[in-house]
Amino acid sequence: MRHVPILRHGREYRSMDLAPAIHFKTRQPIAQISQANVGLIRRDLLLDQQRATDALAAFTTRELIALCARAGDLFLNDDLDNETPQQYVENVSATTGMPHALARGNMAKINSMCANMETVLAGLTRNVPLDVLDQGYINGDQPVSFYPRGQSLGVVLPSNSPGVHSLWIPSIALKTPLVLKPGSAEPWTPRRIINAFLKAGAPPEAFCYYPTDHAGANEILRLTGRGMLFGDIGAVKNWATDPRIELHGPGYSKVVIGEDCIDDWPTYIDTLAASIAANGGRSCVNASGVWVPRHADAIAAALSEKLSQIVPRASDDPQATLAPFATPATAHRIDATLQAGGLPSRIAEHDGCTYLLPTIVRCDSPDHPLANKEFLFPFASVLEVPQNAIPHILGPTLVVSAITSDKALIRRLLSSPQVGRLNIGALPTNAIRWDQPHEGNLFDHLYARRAFEMSVA
Amino acid sequence: MTTQAARENLDAWTREIVAWHFSPETGAPFWLDYAAKLGWDPRKEIHVYNDLDKLGEFQDDWLRGGPVQRWIPRGYAGKPVYVFETGGSTGVPKSRISIDDFRIDYEHFSTTLPDSAFPKGADWAHIGPSGPRRLRLAIEHLCQHRGGVCFCVDLDPRWVIKLIKRGAMQEVELYKQHVIDQTLTILKANPNVKCLFITPKLLEALCEKVSLRKLGITGIFCGGTEMTPQWCRFAVEELLDGVAFHPTYGNTLMGLAVSRPLRAEENYAIVYYPPSPRAMIEIVDPDNTTQVVDYGQTGRVRLTTLTKEFFMPRFLERDEAERELPYEKYPWDGVKNVRPFRQLEKSVVEGVY
Repeated sequence: MRHVPILRHGREYRSMDLAPAIHFKTRQPIAQISQANVGLIRRDLLLDQQRATDALAAFTTRELIALCARAGDLFLNDDLDNETPQQYVENVSATTGMPHALARGNMAKINSMCANMETVLAGLTRNVPLDVLDQGYINGDQPVSFYPRGQSLGVVLPSNSPGVHSLWIPSIALKTPLVLKPGSAEPWTPRRIINAFLKAGAPPEAFCYYPTDHAGANEILRLTGRGMLFGDIGAVKNWATDPRIELHGPGYSKVVIGEDCIDDWPTYIDTLAASIAANGGRSCVNASGVWVPRHADAIAAALSEKLSQIVPRASDDPQATLAPFATPATAHRIDATLQAGGLPSRIAEHDGCTYLLPTIVRCDSPDHPLANKEFLFPFASVLEVPQNAIPHILGPTLVVSAITSDKALIRRLLSSPQVGRLNIGALPTNAIRWDQPHEGNLFDHLYARRAFEMSVA
Repeated sequence: MTTQAARENLDAWTREIVAWHFSPETGAPFWLDYAAKLGWDPRKEIHVYNDLDKLGEFQDDWLRGGPVQRWIPRGYAGKPVYVFETGGSTGVPKSRISIDDFRIDYEHFSTTLPDSAFPKGADWAHIGPSGPRRLRLAIEHLCQHRGGVCFCVDLDPRWVIKLIKRGAMQEVELYKQHVIDQTLTILKANPNVKCLFITPKLLEALCEKVSLRKLGITGIFCGGTEMTPQWCRFAVEELLDGVAFHPTYGNTLMGLAVSRPLRAEENYAIVYYPPSPRAMIEIVDPDNTTQVVDYGQTGRVRLTTLTKEFFMPRFLERDEAERELPYEKYPWDGVKNVRPFRQLEKSVVEGVY
């Protein structure tokens, strides 16, 4: 059986403590994953981080950009650690339930991020000349200097969808070593990305990979200079006051339609449906709410009709876009929450797998218990709210797609600190661009600007 | 001693303990009341260790709250009595009385310690819980019994649990460093300290600061919280720099179980043996707790304490483990890789992660 070792600054380590990666359907282990104890993580991070920083510092940013492109290609196309691209897709599907077609789509997304690293960095740095990362400053009429805020980036990763890993990959191009804690059900993607980087010529010291428990995850966040945490409400709450940690909790992304466009609502149904159901509804950029001034009943009915075409299919069916729950009990717990909110059961069993069918709930007010919820399947509420209540009534929202030309509404949305990414027009919430960081800015997270002046004798 | 002789010894000791605790002259009020409600006399019905099943399971709640005097055997009336508590992060902790048990338990334990690692006459440092627990007094007695004096640094685990519950991890770290700073001060100022009792987490933290070998430490007695084989391997390979390491499993209710020597070729399996006949640890079927599982099988940990001070038959611990074969030094069942008893997760996870 395949074994996935810990990586301690590039050195493989087999733990006595092995956790099986379980196939969601057969319930049989398909691999053993070495688990890192907290003390081991502490020891590595207390003793060895400078070596990792120095290893990346030996490369120029341009060399690292080229390395990212090679790694992206290897990730998509090569056999890495005896894993073919197809085996990778099957592994992701086996432990998360994600259909093969969606896993391949996410592979392409990661490859695209790596291939476009120069564009990504331009977006993150707002076109600061890349030399600044190599020598620490640029002299001239407007001197610029940045310094790293921490020695490494610790990332506590999710299991929901491989595409999310594109958020931390630029760390390597930004000369910041990575300390990764993979999601318990998805050890594959971060490991394959690391393997791709190593094969592309990245220094092994720059990578730590620690499958571990909550205590280990917390230790990673405490001991790396900067961190990213993907987690549910409970997990991110504990780090809410720590500015070193960029939090990626539920997105509560929404589509808002203005008064000026609402009577044309049928023309937007495809955009709404894509926002809700793309990637199996498993992303934080998937819409979990449609907030409109009127026609909510008709919109909810039309969306329900449209999404009812999404049905459970076999994992390897190219048409499959709905993922079963790798842990059926999770589906049943969510279903119980939906039923407590007044819905009938949404559970569907297909070919031995447990699904939640795409669900639209018409809520009569933002106080409805399901009005502002997010779950790991295509789910959205539809609400009527007065336009003048937008955006403050939305609450924190990762992505707002605002279908409107109303200048006052657009200005309010632009001014709102609660909106992470703003799409204006009939754009799905999951539309992203590499030069537009949609969830925090990794460069700002990893680097700070200092005042700088240089007088050469 | 053979396995059979050990079992006969256990059966004879069981009869002696039952006779003591259920005799109106020597028994504790709790057990005399209990016997009165049974409708049968345990002294006549319990002949061997396995007969203790007839008494049913010892209930956790019996040890919560007073009067504690109901646990004092009449045979010990007038003796100075300690009360020791377990855990107790929330609510009323379990408590038990003790007169000399902690001394007897640790004198027995002392015979298992090699003089090469724990030299007679060496001083000790106890780095761990004191306060309402028996651990500090027990370690201090162990040290004195071996001819040394014991320095103590306190750790209040109830405060740590409160900090963790409110997410104050920075304060946890500061508190840990406070304990380690005091430890370092003692170790650096007292070169005759050669032996440590320390909890696993504090050992990690201490070894982040110093080489214990260079400080002159020759033996470490570790316990208090769960240790996994991986943790023991990590300690041996990366923390201890060759210093002898003795993991233990125990608590205030049962006493102290010692481990078989750790071996890399056994994947650092931690196998504990109880101090039979004064206490037994058995692995039982969680759904049929009078049924001991087969060797190598996993089950729930069941404790039985059999001393004249404290009688606790068939107490179900919140741990699970595998049943292990007797060992030449300890010819009775052991328990392997003790860990928390698995609980079902019930919370609803909201959000896509």
